[in-house]
Amino acid sequence: MPQMVKAIANEMHIQQAFLSNSTIHTIYFGGGTPSLLSLEQISFLLNNIHQHFTIASDAEITLEVNPDDCTPEKLQAWRNAGINRLSIGTQSFREEDLKWMNRSHNALSAIRAIEQAHQASFQNISIDLIYGIPGLTTEAWLQNVQQATQLPIQHLSCYALTVEPKTALSNAIQKKLLPDINTDEQALQFELLMQWLPDAGFQQYEVSNFAKPGFESKHNSSYWKGIPYLGLGPSAHSYNGQWRQWNIANNSLYLQSIEKGIIPAEIEELTPSQKRNEQIMIALRMKEGIYFNQLSNLFSSEHKAALLSNADKWINRKLMEWLPEVQQLRLTTKGMLYADGIAADLFETT
Amino acid sequence: MKNIRNFCIIAHIDHGKSTLADRLLEETQTIGSREMMDQVLDDMDLEREKGITIKSHAIQINYNHKGEDYILNLIDTPGHVDFSYEVSRALAACEGALLLVDATQGIQAQTISNLYLAIDNDLEIIPVINKIDMDGAMIPEVTDQIVDLIGCKPEEILLASGKTGIGIQDILNAIVERIPPPAGDENAPLQALIFDSVFNSFRGIIVYFRIMNGTLRKGDKIQFVSTGQNYIADEVGILKLNMVPKDSLSAGNVGYIITGIKNAKEVKVGDTITLAANPGEMIQGFEEVKPMVFAGIYPVNTDDFEELRECMEKLQLNDASLTFELETSKALGFGFRCGFLGLLHMEIIQERLEREFNQTVITTVPNVSFHAYSTKGDKIVVNNPYEMPDPTRLDRIEEPFIKAQIITLPEYIGNIMTLCLGKRGILINQSYLTPTRVELIFEMPLTEIVFDFYDKLKSSTRGYASFDYSPIGYREADIVKMDILLNGDKVDALSALIHRSRAQDFGRKLCEKLKELLPRQQFQIAIQAAIGAKVIARETISAMRKDVTAKCYGGDISRKRKLLEKQKEGKKRMRQIGNVEVPQEAFLAVLKID
Repeated sequence: MPQMVKAIANEMHIQQAFLSNSTIHTIYFGGGTPSLLSLEQISFLLNNIHQHFTIASDAEITLEVNPDDCTPEKLQAWRNAGINRLSIGTQSFREEDLKWMNRSHNALSAIRAIEQAHQASFQNISIDLIYGIPGLTTEAWLQNVQQATQLPIQHLSCYALTVEPKTALSNAIQKKLLPDINTDEQALQFELLMQWLPDAGFQQYEVSNFAKPGFESKHNSSYWKGIPYLGLGPSAHSYNGQWRQWNIANNSLYLQSIEKGIIPAEIEELTPSQKRNEQIMIALRMKEGIYFNQLSNLFSSEHKAALLSNADKWINRKLMEWLPEVQQLRLTTKGMLYADGIAADLFETT
Repeated sequence: MKNIRNFCIIAHIDHGKSTLADRLLEETQTIGSREMMDQVLDDMDLEREKGITIKSHAIQINYNHKGEDYILNLIDTPGHVDFSYEVSRALAACEGALLLVDATQGIQAQTISNLYLAIDNDLEIIPVINKIDMDGAMIPEVTDQIVDLIGCKPEEILLASGKTGIGIQDILNAIVERIPPPAGDENAPLQALIFDSVFNSFRGIIVYFRIMNGTLRKGDKIQFVSTGQNYIADEVGILKLNMVPKDSLSAGNVGYIITGIKNAKEVKVGDTITLAANPGEMIQGFEEVKPMVFAGIYPVNTDDFEELRECMEKLQLNDASLTFELETSKALGFGFRCGFLGLLHMEIIQERLEREFNQTVITTVPNVSFHAYSTKGDKIVVNNPYEMPDPTRLDRIEEPFIKAQIITLPEYIGNIMTLCLGKRGILINQSYLTPTRVELIFEMPLTEIVFDFYDKLKSSTRGYASFDYSPIGYREADIVKMDILLNGDKVDALSALIHRSRAQDFGRKLCEKLKELLPRQQFQIAIQAAIGAKVIARETISAMRKDVTAKCYGGDISRKRKLLEKQKEGKKRMRQIGNVEVPQEAFLAVLKID
């Protein structure tokens, strides 16, 4: 067993009380390329999880995979090992886009991977698509989305291409070797997406996430609902309702620390005001927005009144709506385009 | 009196004046090396860092020369163009001057103008070439420059290094042997020249003076000639590293007086101290110092206005040349209209507010003081764009002109001509001081050097130009008020008074700059520059179509929250003009426009 896999199992052991022995409803292998793990390694980790935690019988267990790593045999083996949801990193069905993003797979192998997963009796398949790539026309984007919705998938994450600083991409754009992204174009493609996907049966439930009814990602929804989670491995983030913590990113330092029985994490205790700000930020990303009835211990009537009065200008501009009968404050479809700026504006100053 | 020598040091910035002064004090054991901090004469942080002696001081040196004790009073002079009047008063308090020239740099414009001031005051000039130990020292060339300039013999020029101490003894000897002792009658009515003052929070204003005639005793009832105000001399004394009280001081001496004055405005540099009972005449050369450049200063947070007011008041206590009055701006709230001696003075005030008082401020478009004449013949002094009368009521406007003196290398004459003529300058004279030093004299509108002139001059001569100026009165000019509008709302803090021929260009650049600095908002923003109702430039910021990040999962939440909190914090500092949010950098942008 590789050192890293063993270390993750060890971390699990050290952290087994982090979630206060509550029942686990979702497990997610992600943040990297977990499809590179051998079946034996995946089983080893799943066994360890079952030893240390109570897992609900209907738990959602997701594996993030690259289309290239999918073969009928592997897919079947993952399914047999208990994986019941796949997140396939398709990104695009257009060769130009895949080349532009330096992806190793091609459009056909992505389609094949989805079909084979379906044949391996995966009934909860998610894929992701990227838009706002230079050269992606509106027509091409529509074709891409149509291609996706014709496949046997239940869930779709669509992300606008983001240029992270200090990456090869941002360097190339700075040196004018590649055209810069056009945010107006991205906005248009996002707006169109929010029209097209519901027509194809995929409802938007978060800024970037669309699903057939009942197939919303339970795991990701937990993040947005403020439910505690435990992340394992280098760079992994955890939240227990009181504080957030994140492991060191450096692999060898992570291994050294776990070896000594120490979790190499930085901890951030949240003040009530910070918790409210987080709640505003993540709840507004969700279609259902802020449900005050479920948040009464975090938002007093004063907090609620202040928030609503701040939201007034956004409501007037039809970027937000307030449904008093259900005590729900949420973004309109148009407002989804400005989720960050509006959230920041509604923040309490700390 | 025959054993007193009063002298100053004339030097360009960075030519080593402060270091040389340190050596003189050290060599004469005026200060022990234990108390010796580098460059003791510059005691404000800012002066140390900028290498500019902003406020002049004085110090007494005791020196034994050939068995006789001498008192050498070193009077320090400020070293920037904005302070030429203060320099002239410090020079008037001396009989001699060290002309200090950097061996690697040669003579600079400012050195020359101060040298002329010294010669006008009949000072004995002792030329010193400093930094002779440096690699790039050009001793023969600099010697020639000095000989050409003051007509001395080469052997009269002293060679020194403030850093290593070479030549310090020669300088001390020359001060005693070449500079004449002060003249004056200690029994005549008192005439003491005020050359500086400082504020001390315990003692009030401490006034520095040089007695020309008469005697000043502790307890005397004194009078300031220009104001006619009487005071009691609570304490008089001489200036060592610390103040040393004395019972009396008489003609020829340099000292300080404390009278309990709290307001720096009552003490005017160049004024004469005399006795109320037996008044002497005003010493020649006194002028009321008038601010030349005006700008608004506003707190970044409107809540901090009262705090800023306190700081401005404290600042004025030790800088009487700073003037300010209350001003309100729709864009910026409450602030002050401030008058400065010049642009550097403005920068110094800004920096002192930041460093000494922890105030971050927004400074608005600076302007000079214009004279507007109405059709009825009234004269209106316009120090602020909103004071400009309606064009229909205007007969004419006059603007202040300066005589600008620039010294440079011959290869940069072309660039300087382009720069100065482009700024409405008129070439008055061009002469070669030495084969490699050219002096250019221009008459220019002062308003043209308020914007980016120094930086431009520096870049177009790669730093090989030095500049000095003096005001030469007012001339008629076609000055207009240019406004900036955001979605139709006027931003009063960005209005500018400008020559009509420059308005379009400036307006365009300002609109372009604002387009860079204003964040996109959820709607389109029109940026316009206008003279009256006539729009002369326009830029448009298109609406922001999207402001949402794609991913926000478990590992992104903390970072994302902090990012948005920071954004919120930044918004708090923005100013609302109509429906447009304007970051404070936008208000500072105008200062960066060429």
